[in-house]
Amino acid sequence: MPIKILVTAKRVEDYESKIKVNAQGNGIVLEGLKYKINPFDEIGVEEALRLVAKHGGGEVVVASVGTKDVHEQLRHALAMGATRAIWVNHAGPLDQMTVAGCLQKLIEKEKPDLAILGKQAIDDDQNQVGQYLAEWLGWSQATFASKEESLESEAEKSKTPALQLSADAKTLTVIREVDGGLETLECSMPCVVTTDLRLNQPRYASLPGIMKAKSKPIEEHTPATLGVDATPKITVTKMEHPPARKAGIKVPDVATLMDKLKNEAKVI
Amino acid sequence: MSNVLIVVEAQPDGSLRKATLNALTAGQQLASKTGGELHAVVLAKDAAALANTVKEYGVKVVHAGSAPHLAQFTADVVAPAVAELATAIKAGYVGAAATQAGRDVMPRIAARLKAAMASEILGVVGASSADLQFTRPMWAGAVIATVKLSTAIKCFTARTTEFAPAEKSGAGEVKAFAPAAPAKALQKIVSFKEVKSARPALTEARVVVAGGRGTKGDFKDINALADELGAAVGASRAVCDAGWQPNDLQVGQTGKVVAPQLYIAAGISGAIQHIAGMKGSKTIVAINKDGEAPIFQIADYGLVADLFKVLPELQAAIKAAK
Repeated sequence: MPIKILVTAKRVEDYESKIKVNAQGNGIVLEGLKYKINPFDEIGVEEALRLVAKHGGGEVVVASVGTKDVHEQLRHALAMGATRAIWVNHAGPLDQMTVAGCLQKLIEKEKPDLAILGKQAIDDDQNQVGQYLAEWLGWSQATFASKEESLESEAEKSKTPALQLSADAKTLTVIREVDGGLETLECSMPCVVTTDLRLNQPRYASLPGIMKAKSKPIEEHTPATLGVDATPKITVTKMEHPPARKAGIKVPDVATLMDKLKNEAKVI
Repeated sequence: MSNVLIVVEAQPDGSLRKATLNALTAGQQLASKTGGELHAVVLAKDAAALANTVKEYGVKVVHAGSAPHLAQFTADVVAPAVAELATAIKAGYVGAAATQAGRDVMPRIAARLKAAMASEILGVVGASSADLQFTRPMWAGAVIATVKLSTAIKCFTARTTEFAPAEKSGAGEVKAFAPAAPAKALQKIVSFKEVKSARPALTEARVVVAGGRGTKGDFKDINALADELGAAVGASRAVCDAGWQPNDLQVGQTGKVVAPQLYIAAGISGAIQHIAGMKGSKTIVAINKDGEAPIFQIADYGLVADLFKVLPELQAAIKAAK
């Protein structure tokens, strides 16, 4: 049974970037930063592709909100194998409520069976959009999706999807990372899933994939055309670095370390 | 004046999850700044017993919501029950601890209340209710942002390491209420595989011994040292990704955030993502063969050595010192 899945591709600073607060203390220094697809979103794209492959085809639609720069992240998802893309054109500050509102409207138009989002974006680290979206759609939610097998297991090597869709496509079984262990959650479809680190290892885009992505369509919307109020409800008024932890000393051996822990730090 | 409502979490055995006490302190700070009352809500099949425990911790009212459909703490049923109560008691702030459960349910509660939310708050700034703001980490803790929420109701999760646990300070009132059951169930928990350990919980331990890629998956010496110290065991992302240790032991921005008295990092290079989860520790010891590893830039005491050689030595020294 073919399956239609909506995924996301937020544009974020590369996780290896050194983030510096600007002189005004109201933003970060943008010069020299590299941008990538949010790694958790990339895991979502991978899982969607695996599900479509397993369930006899379908469609993976990737969406992103931002300036035209987000085309880079949409093309990345298309090169991995997503079918087509939707760009919500918006400049200026964005918060989780606006993004969830835009995704809600897109989902009401597109009517996918499932939405898979990153559990959080690695820039603002809020971890909210999936849950807002599920509530506003009235869908089930499975946050922090993971699996029991490790990323070096056979199941991972054979690109088996971790999310289990029932034969009648009415329920989705998701293993979640919860406090104190792993939970198996059975969700009625449609469902919003958010991905954790160990759901899968995303594939590299192949050269033919990159070539094909260039001709795949990107549909354009704006929050206004979707009927979403983009006024931020969350405003960052100040940014600063946390107090730096000073490097301590190197000790030559265990005896010196023991002495320091006992007599200087007094923690043993 | 804004009332503050804190969502209480239970452990699998039904007892209080300690992280809730940290969230209550965040709630207390907000209540005193706004001049409002601190309320808490317990949701369960039978919420009375846990509500009676929570009322001791400086809470004005504990709302005990008991209903058969609340037997499982899932977001689809928790969100409507909390939102309904928050509206009834005119809560201006609704929050929970930044545990996995809190991170799961709180945004759905906020969505239902059309409220904006600040995740993993580190503090509350501003003196009066008109200009209260939250501080919270961004970019894996590389930046601390001060954020202002402009919706009528405001939601948050509180990072447990930044708020001391609430202490017992006289009994509040317990009020029972019966949340309405939703039209249909959306989700159910079919099983829970608990990571059982005789060691203290990672987020509550006084000492944490953590291993990274340098262990090559061999945690024998890490475990032995941890047991000598009565410590919890932690791990880096690489270790959990490889399946060498359960995911539940991962320390880092997206795993557990810990702040013990002593954190011993063995064979951990110190990626920013890992450091974000442990840099609040009082004393940090790094043991690594690579003297250039970034972990040494934040360690109080660094030992450039083979962990398989020095961990047993350290264990023996600690044993001898007892």
